[in-house]
Amino acid sequence: MARESKPIQMGRNRGMGPKPKLDHPMKTFLRLVRYSYGRYPIPSVIVFICIIFSTITQIKGMMFLQVLIDDYIKPLTQVDVPDYTGLLHALLKIAILFALAGLSTFTYNKIMVYVAQGTMKKLRIDLFTHMEKLPIKYFDTHSHGDIMSIYTNDIDTTRQMIAQAIIQLVASLVTIIGTFISLLRLSPRLTLVSIAMIGLTFISTRIIAGKSAGFFVSQQKNLGAVNGYIEEMMEGQKVVKVFCREDICEKEFDDLNEELYKTASTAGKLINILGPVNGQLGNLSFVLISIIGGFFAIKGIGGLTIGVLGSYLMLNKSVNMPIMQISQQFNTIVMALAGADRVFKLLDEPVEEDEGYVTLVNAVKENGEIKESEKETGLWAWKHYHKADDTTTYVELKGNVVLDDVDFGYTEEKMVLHNIDIFAKPGQKIAFVGSTGAGKTTITNLINRFYDIQDGKIRYDGINVNKIKKADLRKSLGMVLQDTHLFTGTVMENIRYGKLDATDEEVIAAAKLANAHGFIERLPQGYNTMLKGDAASLSQGQRQLLSIARAAIANPPVLILDEATSSIDTRTEKLVQEGMDKLMSGRTTFVIAHRLSTVKNSDCIMVLEGGHIVERGTHDELIEQKGKYYALYTGMHESA
Amino acid sequence: MFKTLLKHVKNYSLPSILTPVCMILEVIFETIIPMCMGLMVTYGIEGNDNTGDMDYILKMGGIMVILVIGALVSGILGAVFGSVASCGLAKNLRKDMYENIQSFSFSNIDKFSTAGLITRLTTDVTNIQNAYQMLLRMAFRAPVSMIFALFMSYLVNVKIANIYLIATIFLSIGLAIIMLNARKYFSKVFEKYDDLNETIQENVNAIRVVKAFVREDYESEELKKAAGNIYKMFVKAENVVIWNSPLMQFTMYVTMIFISWFGAHLVVSTELEVGELLTLFTYCMNILGNLMMFSFVFVMLTLSAASGKRIAEVLNEDSELKDPENPVYEVKDGSVQFKNVCFTYKKGSGKNVLNNINLDIKSGETIGIIGGTGSAKSSLISLINRLYDVTEGELKVGGVNVKDYSMESLRNQVSVVLQKNILFSGSIYDNLRWGNPDATDEECREACNLACADDFIESFPDGYNTRIEQGGTNVSGGQKQRICIARALLKKPKIIIFDDSTSAVDTATDARIRKSLKEAIPGTTKFIIAQRISSVQDADRIIVMEEGEVNGFGTHEELLANNEIYKDVYESQTGANADFDEMKGGAI
Repeated sequence: MARESKPIQMGRNRGMGPKPKLDHPMKTFLRLVRYSYGRYPIPSVIVFICIIFSTITQIKGMMFLQVLIDDYIKPLTQVDVPDYTGLLHALLKIAILFALAGLSTFTYNKIMVYVAQGTMKKLRIDLFTHMEKLPIKYFDTHSHGDIMSIYTNDIDTTRQMIAQAIIQLVASLVTIIGTFISLLRLSPRLTLVSIAMIGLTFISTRIIAGKSAGFFVSQQKNLGAVNGYIEEMMEGQKVVKVFCREDICEKEFDDLNEELYKTASTAGKLINILGPVNGQLGNLSFVLISIIGGFFAIKGIGGLTIGVLGSYLMLNKSVNMPIMQISQQFNTIVMALAGADRVFKLLDEPVEEDEGYVTLVNAVKENGEIKESEKETGLWAWKHYHKADDTTTYVELKGNVVLDDVDFGYTEEKMVLHNIDIFAKPGQKIAFVGSTGAGKTTITNLINRFYDIQDGKIRYDGINVNKIKKADLRKSLGMVLQDTHLFTGTVMENIRYGKLDATDEEVIAAAKLANAHGFIERLPQGYNTMLKGDAASLSQGQRQLLSIARAAIANPPVLILDEATSSIDTRTEKLVQEGMDKLMSGRTTFVIAHRLSTVKNSDCIMVLEGGHIVERGTHDELIEQKGKYYALYTGMHESA
Repeated sequence: MFKTLLKHVKNYSLPSILTPVCMILEVIFETIIPMCMGLMVTYGIEGNDNTGDMDYILKMGGIMVILVIGALVSGILGAVFGSVASCGLAKNLRKDMYENIQSFSFSNIDKFSTAGLITRLTTDVTNIQNAYQMLLRMAFRAPVSMIFALFMSYLVNVKIANIYLIATIFLSIGLAIIMLNARKYFSKVFEKYDDLNETIQENVNAIRVVKAFVREDYESEELKKAAGNIYKMFVKAENVVIWNSPLMQFTMYVTMIFISWFGAHLVVSTELEVGELLTLFTYCMNILGNLMMFSFVFVMLTLSAASGKRIAEVLNEDSELKDPENPVYEVKDGSVQFKNVCFTYKKGSGKNVLNNINLDIKSGETIGIIGGTGSAKSSLISLINRLYDVTEGELKVGGVNVKDYSMESLRNQVSVVLQKNILFSGSIYDNLRWGNPDATDEECREACNLACADDFIESFPDGYNTRIEQGGTNVSGGQKQRICIARALLKKPKIIIFDDSTSAVDTATDARIRKSLKEAIPGTTKFIIAQRISSVQDADRIIVMEEGEVNGFGTHEELLANNEIYKDVYESQTGANADFDEMKGGAI
């Protein structure tokens, strides 16, 4: 069955790119077998036995022809009153065998459904669970299209391999071996002819496949060129129209298309020829054996009877099939192994390390002392266990964040941030300003430990963030990012993402705080409106309001905000602004600021340039300094 | 759909016809071989009263070898023609689709979406190519082979052939039931499967959100549930399909037992020769094997039908915009008149995007356009060079209705710098010459000077020969916008439209560009859509758009005095809410 027929197209899988290369095909293969069949040892053994049984029965069926002719029909024609009871018994016996073979075929097919689909399910879950644990760096350094292609294409080829290729390979091998043994038993001399013909088949396959390989490479190259051109031009089709470039583009496309046609049809021709050539070599083998066998039969060489010849011919025909199948499957297997390789590579990707042990707990204050509490108190504390003296201390969660002489680079070679010092007291608002690429966003990636710093220290309420469990650290930080991402689900569910056990009332309260309530109410189904495809139906501003509400409901003491720069219309912008302001009040906030009002009323403004903090202070102080900030600020008014 | 696709076979009709012919010939040759073998056994080995007739064996052997060669030649020819025909169809489909897309209007493009068009041109074409090849080579071969083998069986022995016929019918019905059921299940599974992959994609894209909210475990749990559901559905669907091979085996075995039994009787009663029995056994495998193949081909074909449908949609799509019969080629001047213009993207959807627009713009004027998102600023200007047609009313450029111009002339005279602008892979020169293929290097530089792009281009190591990556990813947003402006300027248009095309350019440079344009091309009518007041406030007149209507139209001073929205926007941008990014001041 063609279950693989509906590919989801993205990234690598648009049929381009060169053929995959494999470093350790055998290792990957064995790992895949362990991963799939290894998990179902007993069913796999049953499957294996069933395949062998049903294949051998098939061979037996063809061998029966010899018994039928030589042992029953021939003698029966010699007597006057034929007695068919012997034949009937023989047929009954073989019928039972056939029934068992049918049953075993059904059994192994059925088991394979569960093995293959079970493996698929496990693989999907393993992949996803593992992926969720990977550091942000993985997602920043791998194209999302490529990651998705693992879930779509690679999983699919892997499934084909487990469910079909391996099974067929086993069946084919058993058939070939079994048939050969039978052929030898029937007539060793004729077997020599068969072997010679099979050798010829191998040679012809090698020659043709070798010839076509070069054409396939150029076909893939040309296909890549055509698809690349299509992609680029379709993206820019509106520009093509505006500049009336249709004719030129058509011409360029035609040339590429023609090239592709030439190589593709040549490669196709060669690979297509393989079928008839091998098929006819099989037929030739059939003919040769008929002639030689006929000769033997007449001369009585090697005791060859007509029955033996009949069986031999049928078996000989059936040995060709598995050989052709194996050569066809070979390609599939190479592709599947490449897919499996990528799947395993993702599974082997090291997960985000977390050596933190300081956790966030609910707390109560008794006589000025902080104690852990079972209940939700609204008061949080860091539970800090000190190994040295086996004591546990509790530190109230306040939102005091300190960056102490921090250096950071996404790669060791190239540092992005240098000697960054920041002191944020609870409730303070710290603004980052500076041009694109100055390192504003990078700083926010460090506080929540999306990336780890190379040098220096980051302390949260006096605790080194490396000691804090990442999950607890991130729970205490709220983030509103510039490009908002929402999930498929209702508006309600999307806001609740910030606090999974929030009641409807809490969700609505958060939406109100974020100024999102108004527009949500006007949606067709209000809070129950389904959002799909990153909420494409909402405007940028509305999406931002929802993400503010989502952060608000989590009620974190520290916020990291990236203000929107994209063109939001003035009214929504006002709402977003107010929403953000409300969210920021009373919390330590790090904000990548784009708006003057945000910058102006910040407790401290950091002017970043080339990864350094070049100026810091309040708006008034910085204006007084008459430095970079002042220049930028006044420069703006000049040009406006 | 099949009709539509078949029309595009065109110059590959001959190989398309020859392929099945060759395949059928191959089958006929192949099917005669067992017959000869039977004859050889009967008259060669058993002939001469069981003493054998070597001459006859060799004669038959010779015939069989000729048949094999015949089959080989026709098989190879079929393979070659099949490849030519299918690759040719793929080529034609790509070409014809691409050509048709070139004639698409913006609304046609919007309808299919860029991603949709790409899929149709790439994956869908490949699917159809494979399906077509299979259709030509297998879809005819298998049934013909089956029918011919059945026919030959009837020639040999009617009684045994009847068993085949019954077996064939039985197996056909069985396979049909399985396939139909399977298809039903699988189409459902695929739908769910797509949903699952969408969820995964969402997680990949929003991984920062997932991690920021510490929702890794939650998401994993959700996926476990979804994967479990998919598992259940797949198992259900596959449990239907697994009946295939047991059914096939069952039919074959039962047939073999029956042939053995009746065959023995027939041979004994001398109605059948042993050689003929061997022939019949060979046909048995032939017939049932081919039936199996046919059902497989059938499923493959139905599964590729979706691709065919998607391709046909593109091929059958008519451009909504057509050139008039006697088009006007000359645009006299840059004046623009909107008369009671209404516009909607989807006809009959009720709500108009633009309502009752009346504007009279003189040639050479600079017009600013301002308004919130969704106020239809972009829609308004996309009517001027007829990217879309007005739904009601009339739009004149240079005193002539835009519908009376040849579209090419109109668009060459009305240049637009689109909001979503794109550079193509190639050198900067290549990109600039989109505006005018014959532009000299000098002219290109001049245009870049006007667009304030010359400085940064010259700062690149390769200057104007710097290669732009696909999508212009190796230049910054502001640089991209300036190259796009230069590209549009090279057209030397009568009207030039800037659709928010300096949003990533800093304010100072933005002002410089406007100033140089004013001085260099004073006669060109300029439309400037902007979010920033500073970009439009020195325009001759400013249009304030609000929910698809002109809310105000006048000079900066006039609007400031009597337009509420304009005043609002002005205050919000110059007061405390000003965009701090403008401080970048030439940093780009």
